[in-house]
Amino acid sequence: MAQQKSDKRAKAALAAEPIERHTIAVLVDNEPGVLARVIGLFSGRGYNIESLTVAQVEAAGNLSRITIVTSGTSMVVEQIKAQLGRLVPVHEVHDLTTQGAHIERDLALIRVINAGDKRIEALRIADVFRARAVDATVRSFVFEMTDSTDNIDRFVALMRELGKIEVVRSGVVAIAYGDGKN
Amino acid sequence: MAAEWMTGADVVLKALADQGVEVIFGYPGGAVLPLYDALYKQNSLRHILVRQEGGAVHAAEGYARSTGRVGVVLVTSGPGATNAVTGLTDALMDSIPVVCLTGQVPTHLIGNDAFQEADTVGITRPCTKHNYLVKRPEDLARVMHEAFYVARTGRPGPVVVDLPKDILQGLAPYVGLERAQHRSYNPVLKAAPRQIEEALELMLAAKKPILYTGGGVINSGPEASKLLTQLVQLSGFPITSTLMGLGAFPGTDPRFLGMLGMHGTYEANLAMHDCDVMVAIGARFDDRVTGKIAAFAPNAKKIQIDIDPSSINKNVRVDLGIVGDVKSVLADLLKLWKTRGKKPDPKALEAWWNEIERWRKRDCLRYRQGKDVIKPQYAIQRLYELTKDRKPFITTEVGQHQMWAAQFFKFESPNHWMTSGGLGTMGYGLPAAMGVQVAHPDALVIDVAGEASILMNIQEMSTIQQYRLPVKAFIVNNQWMGMVRQWQELLHGKRYAESYVEALPDFVKLAEAFGAVGLRAEKPSEVDDLIREMIAIPRAVLADIRVDPAENCFPMIPSGRAHNEMILGPEDKMGGTATEEGMVLV
Repeated sequence: MAQQKSDKRAKAALAAEPIERHTIAVLVDNEPGVLARVIGLFSGRGYNIESLTVAQVEAAGNLSRITIVTSGTSMVVEQIKAQLGRLVPVHEVHDLTTQGAHIERDLALIRVINAGDKRIEALRIADVFRARAVDATVRSFVFEMTDSTDNIDRFVALMRELGKIEVVRSGVVAIAYGDGKN
Repeated sequence: MAAEWMTGADVVLKALADQGVEVIFGYPGGAVLPLYDALYKQNSLRHILVRQEGGAVHAAEGYARSTGRVGVVLVTSGPGATNAVTGLTDALMDSIPVVCLTGQVPTHLIGNDAFQEADTVGITRPCTKHNYLVKRPEDLARVMHEAFYVARTGRPGPVVVDLPKDILQGLAPYVGLERAQHRSYNPVLKAAPRQIEEALELMLAAKKPILYTGGGVINSGPEASKLLTQLVQLSGFPITSTLMGLGAFPGTDPRFLGMLGMHGTYEANLAMHDCDVMVAIGARFDDRVTGKIAAFAPNAKKIQIDIDPSSINKNVRVDLGIVGDVKSVLADLLKLWKTRGKKPDPKALEAWWNEIERWRKRDCLRYRQGKDVIKPQYAIQRLYELTKDRKPFITTEVGQHQMWAAQFFKFESPNHWMTSGGLGTMGYGLPAAMGVQVAHPDALVIDVAGEASILMNIQEMSTIQQYRLPVKAFIVNNQWMGMVRQWQELLHGKRYAESYVEALPDFVKLAEAFGAVGLRAEKPSEVDDLIREMIAIPRAVLADIRVDPAENCFPMIPSGRAHNEMILGPEDKMGGTATEEGMVLV
């Protein structure tokens, strides 16, 4: 009986652990296979990848920066960072979410096909969201928008109501505020 | 610093020599012929020709674990590399330093589905600590040295170096070991003094302490085992060990509670459950040890010392995680303790030991040996008793016999016990024993095996014959896959599917076919004589010990249960102890 009670309490404690969204920046050697290694780590251990971007950031040092948005309980997120840290080609792991406020940007290109009033409405809304029209035909627009993920999500949802859309997203890149030394 | 130019194959051999490698275990093939050509022309590096590439990796593992050095493997491309995957995964799970050189098709043919081509780097990425594909001759020497650095530094592990044939055949510059510091991989070895302070405070305040030690102590080197023994002497704390950690602390010492875990002793598991301060040293809270995590050591403050930061807080939340090399952390801890001059509460410690002695009285490892049928525990216990003066090296296969060997053998020093713990690879023991014998030609090396397991790499008996290795294979033959049968009996309503080993060979005739000696015992009275004869013969021996097929391995924590809910024997009722959740776990 006592066993069942403590089981229930333990289960409740685990269930109550909130899922947190973390943006993690990983500095790695710019070598073939490093990205495959990081992705293999996530898929092999069942971690979640909400978005992933990678690009070379320093030619002299041969470094690339991978920005991953992941989610999990705090214990899982700690594990993810530790597992990333022990990969041989990984230089640094920064959890931008725990380090505090940071700048996050996502880039989207959205094609909208519509006509008449809806076309005008699309332009007006794009104005509000500061999305630029980078292409236009008499039947369509392509909007470019660089903003937080949430704002882009809201814009895309609105465009979806106004016509047929096609969306391309880059994924999240992020950098800390200030001089980067905390 | 002008580099010396030579063929890629010569660069590889020179790098191996500079890294202090004396033996490699391998099997030739088209892609590695340049390397074998270079091997032929020299005498300093010894090559052991195995009979299947998996055997080469397990042999390198046995070599590494029994010496503390890096084991080296050489296999060809395609099927050679894929055959090595099981061994590499095994080395990764048990943190064994192995460098595996794999051949590869020439660089201009990679990706063309060429003959004996496989995406070795892609296939071995998740099952190695790190891997490399050498695409340019100027990278070859650096990669070879880096591979050894990665394999042996921090938490050891297997590293694959994929070598395309044109790189081996063409010219390449040799550079030496000078570049010792790796750009990105520099594990922390020394703990912060503040953490040592905190650990000491917790340990001094303990009323029911326990030391839970694992394979990390063995990997840290013999010094770590010595320091561990000093810590036990200074503190008076009880100590238990995982399967991988056996031998770090002398097994005959009364403060050793025996192995803990799924088939650990009653006293070890109960002490782990009831303790108030648990010091985990080089152990990773594996599921075989913890049982149901929610019910694991509910009242204990946990300290975890590990060189791998990702091991801390992975399965179990600990109160104090200390990242560092075991020997360095223990040295700091002992130094601080001695200067502090305090002792933990002696009355509480005495009461705790009294409780532990009461648990010991259950004599959880007891078994009944009659006159007619050999009990497997008896065979293994007699093997221990009659060989202990020779300080044997013991390897095992996987299953019930492995658990009994861990329970009944008492190791006085580290590096004498080689077993497949994390991956549980059947077929590990015979090639591993081969590797150990190569490292220690004059020692007594015994593979404690099951009859199902030993058939998995039986072809290595030919290697054993070629190099005149006097390995003893002690086959505990119960004609079933014992551990599988036990689970089917206790958890799957005795539905014995595919666990009976049909058409077993006559092991005595099989031994003779391989040029070894075959021995058999069928009655309890024959066991001692067989063991004495086996160890007296200066040749390889296969000993077939016919044991009771119905014997189950106890104690047992059924999967899904808490670690203090053990079944102690066939009399213990199984009813209601196997939950649906439990059955789903391995």
